Amino acid sequence: MITAELTHLFFQQYWWLLVSVLGALLVFLLFVQGGQTLIYTIGKTNEERKMIVNTLGRKWELTFTTLVTFGGAFFASFPLFYATSFGGAYWAWTALLLAFTVQAVSYEFRSKAANVFGKRFYESLLFINGLLATVLIGTVVGTIFNGADFSLNILNNVSWNNNTRGLEAVLNWHNVALGLAVFFLARIMGLLYFMLTIDNEEIYKRSKKHILINTIPFLVFFLSFVVYLLMKEGFAVDADGIVSMEKYKYLHNFLQMPVVLIIFLVGVVAVLWGIIKTLFSKSKFDKGFWIVAPGTVLTVLAILLIAGYNGTAFYPSYADLQSSLTIQNASSSLFTLKTMSYVSLLIPVMLVLAIVSWRAINKHKITETEMNDKNEKSY
Amino acid sequence: MTQLLLNIDPSLIDWSRAQFALTAMFHWIFVPITLGILFIIAIMETIYVKTGDLEWKRITKFWMKLFGINFAVGVATGLILEFEFGTNWSNFSWFVGDIFGAPLAIEGIMAFFMETIFIAVMFFGWNKVSKKFHLTATWLTAIGANLSALWILVANAWMQYPAGMQFNPDTARNEMVNFWDVLFSPVAINKFLHTITSGYTLAALFVIGVSSYFLLRKRETFMAKRSIVIASVFGFISVMALIFTGHGSAVQVAKYQPMKLAAMEGLYEGGQEAELIGIAILNPKKTVDNNEDPYLFKIGFKGALSFLIDFDTKTYVPGINDLVYGDKENGILSAEERIEKGKTAMDALVAYKELKKAGKDDEAKVQYDILMANFEHFGYSYIKDPKDIVPHVPTVFYSFHIMVIFGTMFVLIFLIFGWLTIKNRIEQFKFAKLLYLIGIISIPMAFIASEAGWVVAEVGRQPWVIQDLMTVDAGVTNISSGAVQTTFWIFAFIFTGLLIAEVSIMLKFIKDGPAKPENEGGK
Ligand code: HDD
Ligand code: HEM
Ligand code: HEM
Repeated sequence: MITAELTHLFFQQYWWLLVSVLGALLVFLLFVQGGQTLIYTIGKTNEERKMIVNTLGRKWELTFTTLVTFGGAFFASFPLFYATSFGGAYWAWTALLLAFTVQAVSYEFRSKAANVFGKRFYESLLFINGLLATVLIGTVVGTIFNGADFSLNILNNVSWNNNTRGLEAVLNWHNVALGLAVFFLARIMGLLYFMLTIDNEEIYKRSKKHILINTIPFLVFFLSFVVYLLMKEGFAVDADGIVSMEKYKYLHNFLQMPVVLIIFLVGVVAVLWGIIKTLFSKSKFDKGFWIVAPGTVLTVLAILLIAGYNGTAFYPSYADLQSSLTIQNASSSLFTLKTMSYVSLLIPVMLVLAIVSWRAINKHKITETEMNDKNEKSY
Repeated sequence: MTQLLLNIDPSLIDWSRAQFALTAMFHWIFVPITLGILFIIAIMETIYVKTGDLEWKRITKFWMKLFGINFAVGVATGLILEFEFGTNWSNFSWFVGDIFGAPLAIEGIMAFFMETIFIAVMFFGWNKVSKKFHLTATWLTAIGANLSALWILVANAWMQYPAGMQFNPDTARNEMVNFWDVLFSPVAINKFLHTITSGYTLAALFVIGVSSYFLLRKRETFMAKRSIVIASVFGFISVMALIFTGHGSAVQVAKYQPMKLAAMEGLYEGGQEAELIGIAILNPKKTVDNNEDPYLFKIGFKGALSFLIDFDTKTYVPGINDLVYGDKENGILSAEERIEKGKTAMDALVAYKELKKAGKDDEAKVQYDILMANFEHFGYSYIKDPKDIVPHVPTVFYSFHIMVIFGTMFVLIFLIFGWLTIKNRIEQFKFAKLLYLIGIISIPMAFIASEAGWVVAEVGRQPWVIQDLMTVDAGVTNISSGAVQTTFWIFAFIFTGLLIAEVSIMLKFIKDGPAKPENEGGK
């Protein structure tokens, strides 16, 4: 019995790690969304905007598919979260989905003849997606620290205790601070991505200037999120699965799991260093993206890990503490997690393939000549 | 115990179903084209790489562009569907998530990623990677798309025939005990093969229809004829497999969802030598509890239904009335009896949970055995009136017959187009204009047949969301029906806009025709 419990816990932790990695990759890939909010800020001519849209357009599917995979992996490994959060926070998730739905067609349709609504319309959809997707993902992730308003019955069926169905999450400033931090970080990464992939002096210069402008609000929101997180009470779970409030829970998690703390610190330093190096290099430095992006992955990974590990409820209920979800009570059966773990071995394979394809497509910077070549697909 | 079933507002169920049907059927406009046209494109590109003929490259690129326009909308709607299991069917998601989630996750990790990775090379790699690499990417995109169909269909098949699982009362859900039983259930295999071949058939008709337009206009005739050759050969093979696996699906339905089969055929009184209906008009006055004749008019074949199911005209096929009121001779329980057993199972589950909580493990074990003995009727505890187990017969009946009739017609279409283009006589054919028109009309027909197939499958299994285990009202998310109504209209509004834009872009693109021939060949 005890060994069975242990192995089940092992797989639960393994899957929390995988879901966290997917979540971290997703936040990194939101650079596409961040970039979408800057098409007109950075692109002053039609040619410039075309290059910006195209450099993002070659990657939007990757972000989208990561979101889909993240959803699928969460469903398979922690189905109770899927049922509780999506069914409960109905409006928050629906808004998020809609923001992605309109994005998917915008690249393909934007510059096509007879697209009915016109170029500007699709560009506005890209902006809406960039804004809502980043802010809402951050806000919803905030609820894993601040809790949500649900309770479960003995069949584990969810009831939500208010009628705003998830929209109340935006009334909590701590959730929103995370949302806005994600938004500005995504914009910074978008700008760095322009510098990395577009061969155009003007775009380079403007991007650099706007990195500075976006870094200030990013730091304000990110630091206020982190500082409050470390100071606040958290939702602790004991060996019997009883949930209680613990002072400085998330700070304790960092201290009790020094590896996670190191991941977090390395990540934060990388993000800051990448930004600083880009801003203050004497020579033309365009590789900042490759410092900030891994930094982002590490930072988000650490934040998600302290939410689920070390006896913490990862989707707490402030309406009924004992309904809170933990990686133990919300997970799939041992059999399913094991089976899925074989499948997870494919993830590295897919990552390698993704890198090969990324490199093949990104070998050369985007130029105006390429954009005007009729034999090349462009958006 | 019914108090566990929260007081669900019936209009909530209707709106949630309407919303799911809307998104699923909308998704299904784009998916079959993707499934099939990718293979047609891959075949064309293979010919280009083998022969080096730039005309084939131009043809490949033309269809690839049409595919790109279609693909974007398919992806957009798929995302909504995936999350809708959570947002609108949350109790369902928990009850079956242990089994149902796995295919969805595998789909993301394996299929969608593969598709996404290689699609970028396919679209943007023409001048960036070698010919061989590009061709490989095209084939892998096609395979990736079809793999994504595999996993979602495995999930859907499992809802029609829950295999490879066991109920766990401690967590109050079904848990997977055998992955291979889920993956290789006969229902899943038939469903997968039938559905992908329906996509191939539809895509082949799409290519033939668009090419017919060019022939009618006497433009790009060379390209059009080449495309028709590929599409009609591919389509003919597909539609033969489609009919074969459609038959296979019907046999599975007969086995595991007899009520659906009875509705498909409008069969109220079952028996041996059951009749297969070719064409019929149903009597709208007919219900389970009156003695009206079910048909106003029909052409049927006595014994053929029994024969198709079991190669024996004497095979017994239960009708709707037999399934509602029971048929002792043939060992069929009435809905009434199954409801009783279902309630016994539900009561035992509640008792088990309470005894377990109180630490009385021995007594709990007794309840556990009662639960398991009656578990195959578990879902009947949610049924209030025995007549509720009957789906909407006319919808299922007509959808099924439209699908079958159209499917048979497609065989002829492929044969005629294939014959005439392979012999290169299509332009000389006496009724060429009429044929081109038929080619164009076959596109909407393919869509109707294909959507009708889903209506058969999904409406036919009502009231179950999981056959015999969970009804739709037990699976639904408890939310105000106004909220779902609002999102329904938002989705409907956005989808309409997307569809208008997509059709307009496609028509314009077809009207303009493929790009002028390239003079400097691709690398
Ligand atoms: C071009 C589309 C098309 C055509 C011509 C046909 N089908 Fe079909 N059919 C489908 C497209 C489709 C589908 C969309 O792929 C469905 C919906 C769900 C599924 O499994 O496949 C389907 C479902 C479906 C089902 C229900 C399966 C279930 O409930 O699980 C049956 C029994 C058949 N088909 C049988 C046939 C037969 C005997 C055909 C003879 C010609 C046929 N279909 C032609
Ligand atoms: C893409 C093709 C599909 C189409 C066109 C389709 C069609 C439909 C339709 C018409 C309904 C409404 C039934 C009713 O109103 O009585 C429905 C419901 C539903 N379908 Fe499907 N379906 C598709 C695929 C799937 C798949 C692959 C799954 C599962 C993996 C699925 C799961 C459901 C669920 C959960 C419902 C809601 C419950 C219900 O009303 O029956 N569908 N679908
Ligand atoms: C109702 C259940 C369904 C869900 C939840 C679902 C989910 C999704 C999602 C999330 C995507 C976007 C993937 C991406 O990021 O690229 C997608 C696309 C796709 N789905 Fe579905 N899907 C459903 C039904 C189906 C069915 C029944 C099939 C095929 C038999 C299918 C085949 C595809 C294919 C081929 C794509 C690729 C994009 C395209 O549509 O052209 N899906 N689906």
